[in-house]
Amino acid sequence: MENKNKRILLEVENASFYLNDKALIKEVSLKVKQGEIVTLIGPNGSGKSTTAKIALGIYKKIEGRVRRFTERIGYVPQKVLVDWTLPIRVIDFMSLTENLKNDQINVALNLTGVDHLKNKSLSNLSGGEFQRVLIARAIAKKPELLVLDEPVQGVDFKGEIALYKLIKKISEKLNCGILLISHDLHVVMSATDFVICLNGHVCCSGKPHRVVKDEKYKELFGDRASNILSLYEHDHDHSHSADGSIDPKK
Amino acid sequence: MLDDFFIRALIAGIGITLVTGPLGCFVVWRRLSFFAGTLAHSALLGVTMALFFEINIAFSVFIISAVLAILLLQLQKKTKLPNDALLGLLAHASLAVGLVVIGFLTSIRFDVMALLFGDILAVNQNDLLVIWLGGGLILIILKLIWKPLFASTVNYELSEAEGMKPDKFNAIFTILTAALIAISIKIVGLLLITGMLIIPAATARNVSNNPKQMVIFSVIFGLISVLAGLFTSLKINSASGPSIITATLLLFILSLIKFKKVSDLKK
Repeated sequence: MENKNKRILLEVENASFYLNDKALIKEVSLKVKQGEIVTLIGPNGSGKSTTAKIALGIYKKIEGRVRRFTERIGYVPQKVLVDWTLPIRVIDFMSLTENLKNDQINVALNLTGVDHLKNKSLSNLSGGEFQRVLIARAIAKKPELLVLDEPVQGVDFKGEIALYKLIKKISEKLNCGILLISHDLHVVMSATDFVICLNGHVCCSGKPHRVVKDEKYKELFGDRASNILSLYEHDHDHSHSADGSIDPKK
Repeated sequence: MLDDFFIRALIAGIGITLVTGPLGCFVVWRRLSFFAGTLAHSALLGVTMALFFEINIAFSVFIISAVLAILLLQLQKKTKLPNDALLGLLAHASLAVGLVVIGFLTSIRFDVMALLFGDILAVNQNDLLVIWLGGGLILIILKLIWKPLFASTVNYELSEAEGMKPDKFNAIFTILTAALIAISIKIVGLLLITGMLIIPAATARNVSNNPKQMVIFSVIFGLISVLAGLFTSLKINSASGPSIITATLLLFILSLIKFKKVSDLKK
């Protein structure tokens, strides 16, 4: 039961956020622990990115409470626009918030498969390449908490699965907590320890195979979404305890 | 031999350019050129205040610019007017108020032209001290805050999320810009300081592929412009400040030709 002692890295308690008197999210609570991947799913406009930004302290005027228990944070925002007037190469971007050694940069870029782009301008990258660079930058600094907002958008299907595998591997290797946002349910489910289904508020939450059977989940995503279970069934090298954390198989 | 006043002008111009180079890059990157222009316009009010209360011009300009910057931040929160409208409002209102106040200062002889376009040939040793000490201080602070400021320039949310405190460093940057305008107003004047900030940086963008390179080129182009502008003004007796800015423009046009060639090669 060593997992019970895993450190909590992020705790959001009953957070609500209003913009122009309209509630973007209402009373959302979540917890991310070391070595755990928590996934936020939900339709467009359900407040996934908002929740992430609240968790990161980008939105500060909120009701409720947010506590972060680490300062080593890596963030992959949903959108990063770099203006043409700012000439910046991949290598410059990699050490944006942290001083990194050259080989740390190489290793991270290698992991996401874009080490050949090191000296290219950010503005010349394709959408998928850019996402890989964003992920590489976030993991290069060896964060304790990773927040990934739709990290594989624009990446081809094969690359998508590989990147989710990588994210899973990173959570194990660095023992970091990951808050993952996604709308492509099927691929993401296999990598997840705990799922929170959002629609302005928390609809349902729990281990992935429980959530997909939840009536509220079916209501939100339709019956077909439940069938994704068959897609993601795989050999577990671990089991899940009730709170969603991982128990390694004996 | 060169006259003393001309050597002082060179030293002053070089000092200003070493600061406008890097600071100008950030102004361009952050799309703040109109903001810098607004601060410069408010300098007129700063100068008249200095004359009225008989205090140091650089100090007075700095205070007025800083107040204006804070006012802008407040207005951004209170109204829904877009940024460019707010900046236009502040720029021309402060310019107008400054001119009205000048009208009342009948007892003081006052060269409005020198204020608008600067008078680099009238620089005294005291001014040089202000430029080099003030400029040195600005550069040191800029160097110290480079990383968080650059991070917040690339992406505000990312730098906030990863603990770089962008609000704090954006505020410091604003103060540095106000300080630069304060120390350089006498040299290039309030209409031309924005040109010194933006044109060498814009030129540098055309020939750079990374941020540090752009800063270095921006300084180099500024230095060339100061030398070319001042020696031209000596030779053909043209106005010094405007000659310097004209030189920056010529360099910019040259960089466009080079830029076109480079992008042709890439195709």
